[in-house]
Amino acid sequence: MDFMSYLFVFMLSTFIGFMVIRGVSPLLHTPLMSLTNAISAIAVVGSIVVAGSKDYPIGVRILGAVALFASMTNIVSGFLITDRMLKMFKKQEPGK
Amino acid sequence: MTLFNTLLASAGGEQNFFAHYIKEPVYLISAALFIFSLMWLGSPRTARKGVYAGVAAMLLAVIATWAALDTFDYFTWIILALVAGFIVGYPLSRVALTAVPQRTALSHAFGGLAAGLVGTAKFWYWFEPETGSPNLTAFRMIAIILEIILGYLTFTGSLIAAGKLMELKWLPQRPWVYKGQQVVNLGAFGLALLLGVLVIMFPDKGWSPWAFGIIILLALNFGWMLVMPIGGADMPTVISILNSYAGLSAVAMGFVLDNKLLIVAGALDGSSGFILSVLMCKAMNRSFTNVLFGAFGQVQTTVATTTQKAVRSASPEDASQLMEMASSVVIVPGYGMAVAQAQHKVRELYDALTKRGIEVRFAIHPVAGRMPGHMNVLLAEADIPYDKLWEMDDINSEFPTVDVVLVIGANDVVNPAARHDKTSPIYGMPILEVDKARTVMAIKRSMNPGFAGIDNELYYMDKTIMVFGDAKGVVGDIVKALTSKLH
Repeated sequence: MDFMSYLFVFMLSTFIGFMVIRGVSPLLHTPLMSLTNAISAIAVVGSIVVAGSKDYPIGVRILGAVALFASMTNIVSGFLITDRMLKMFKKQEPGK
Repeated sequence: MTLFNTLLASAGGEQNFFAHYIKEPVYLISAALFIFSLMWLGSPRTARKGVYAGVAAMLLAVIATWAALDTFDYFTWIILALVAGFIVGYPLSRVALTAVPQRTALSHAFGGLAAGLVGTAKFWYWFEPETGSPNLTAFRMIAIILEIILGYLTFTGSLIAAGKLMELKWLPQRPWVYKGQQVVNLGAFGLALLLGVLVIMFPDKGWSPWAFGIIILLALNFGWMLVMPIGGADMPTVISILNSYAGLSAVAMGFVLDNKLLIVAGALDGSSGFILSVLMCKAMNRSFTNVLFGAFGQVQTTVATTTQKAVRSASPEDASQLMEMASSVVIVPGYGMAVAQAQHKVRELYDALTKRGIEVRFAIHPVAGRMPGHMNVLLAEADIPYDKLWEMDDINSEFPTVDVVLVIGANDVVNPAARHDKTSPIYGMPILEVDKARTVMAIKRSMNPGFAGIDNELYYMDKTIMVFGDAKGVVGDIVKALTSKLH
C-alpha cells in the first residue's frame, strides 16, 4: 500500500479545508461546526466494515456496532440541526 | 463483454469488481460533494444547499460501502445500532438553541468514541501472535495508536466539556487546578508515548494487547485532565479544539482502513476546528500553543479593586427617550442576554426603533456566547435579519458615529481596560470599542463584577448610563415606553 499517497491526500485536503473554511462568514460558525461534525461522521463507513464483516470475531463486531451507533447519532443530529439553524437566517424583508 | 471481463480480471475476481470500479469512484464523488458542501455553507444564501450536498455525499458513501462488502451479513447489532442512532440523534437535533454548545460537545464525544472503538476493533482483529501480526505494519500501528489516543481523549474531554456547559452540579465551573498538575500530565503523556512506541515495534507479543489497553486508559484520562482545568469562559476555544481532534481521529481512521474518503472528510473537519480555535484564541487573547497543550484556562482570579466610584443610572423610560432621539443605535448582546431569554424582547426593540427610522445594528464579538458564532444563531432565532449582525472588525470603526450603544448582558468584551490597562487580566484582548460612541447604555442586574471578576471601567465613564434590572424586563419596559408614545 502506498502510504505516501495517503499523506498527500491528507495534506491537500487540509489545505482545501483551510481555504474553504476561511471563506465561511463568522455569522455561520455555529452551523459550520455542526456541519463539519456531521461530515466527519463519515466514520460510519469504517463502523459498517467492522460491524458487518462476517469473518470478524463477535467481540470486534460489537465494538463496530457501538461505533456505528455513535456515528449514526452524529449524522442524524448533525445534519438536522444544521438545517434547522440555517432556516432561521433571514435577510431583512423589503418594506419592513 | 471482453472489456468487462478484462476489468473483472484486473480487479482480482468477481467479488472485488464492485469494490474497485464502483465504490472508489463513488467515494471520489462523495469527497467532492463534501467540499462543495462546505463551500456552499460560505454564505447564508447557499448554505442550505450545502447541507443537502453533505447528506447526498453521506448517503452515497454509506450505500457504496455497504454494497461493496462481499462478506456482509445482516447482523442484528447493526440494525439495533442504526435504530438507536436515530432514537438518540433526532431529539439531539431539536434542542433549544442555547443548548447547541452542549449538543456539539456531545457529538464530538460520539465522533471520538467511534474512532477509538474502530481503532480498538482493528487492533483486536489484526492481532495474531502466532503469525507475527503481519497486518499490523509499523505505519498502520502508528495510525491506530494516533486514532485511539485522539479518539478516546476527545470522547472523555468532550463529555466533561458538555457537562460543564450543562452546568452539572458536581462539575466545578471554575478552573480546577492542583499543585504539580503539569508534572502529572507530562508524566502520563510520556508513559503513553513509551507504551505506544513499544506496541508499534512489537505488535505481536503476548503483552502488547495489555500495553494497548493501558494506552486506552491513559487516553481516556487525558481528555478529562485537559478539560477539567478549564473554566466556562474558555468554552468556545475548548469546543473548537475538540472539534479539531475529532476530525483528526477520523483522519487517523482513514489511514488505518486505507480509506481516502475518511481522510478527506476528517481533514476538512480537523482544519475547520483548527481555524476556529485560532480565531477563538485571538478573540480571547490566549496563546495558541498553550491551548493546544491544555495549559490554558488559568484565569487570574485577581480580586477586583472595588473602589466605589459613582455611576449614573436611569430608568427604562429615560433610556427610551434617549434612543428615540438617536439616529443610529448599536446593540451589543452578550451571553447574559440569552440566559435571561431576552432575545425576543430585543427583536421587539429592534422593530420599534426601525419603525421610527432609526438605524439599528448588532455588534457581535467572536466569543459572544458559548461556542463560535453562537450569538448569531440566537439572534437569528428571534427573527433578526442577519444583515444587521456586524462582526467586531467591521463595526469598531463605526462606533464614533453611533449615537447610542445598548449593552445587554455583555461585560468583558466591552471593557476598555483591555486596550490600555496592562495590569488587567484581559489586557490585549480585542474588544468592541463601544466607549467611542456618543452615549453608552448598559443593562445590568447590579454593580457586581461579572464571571471573570474583573471590574469594568466602562460603567464609570461620563457618557455611560446604567439601567439596572433583569435584561428581559428592562428591554420590555423600553419597548413599552417607545410604542406607547407612537399613538
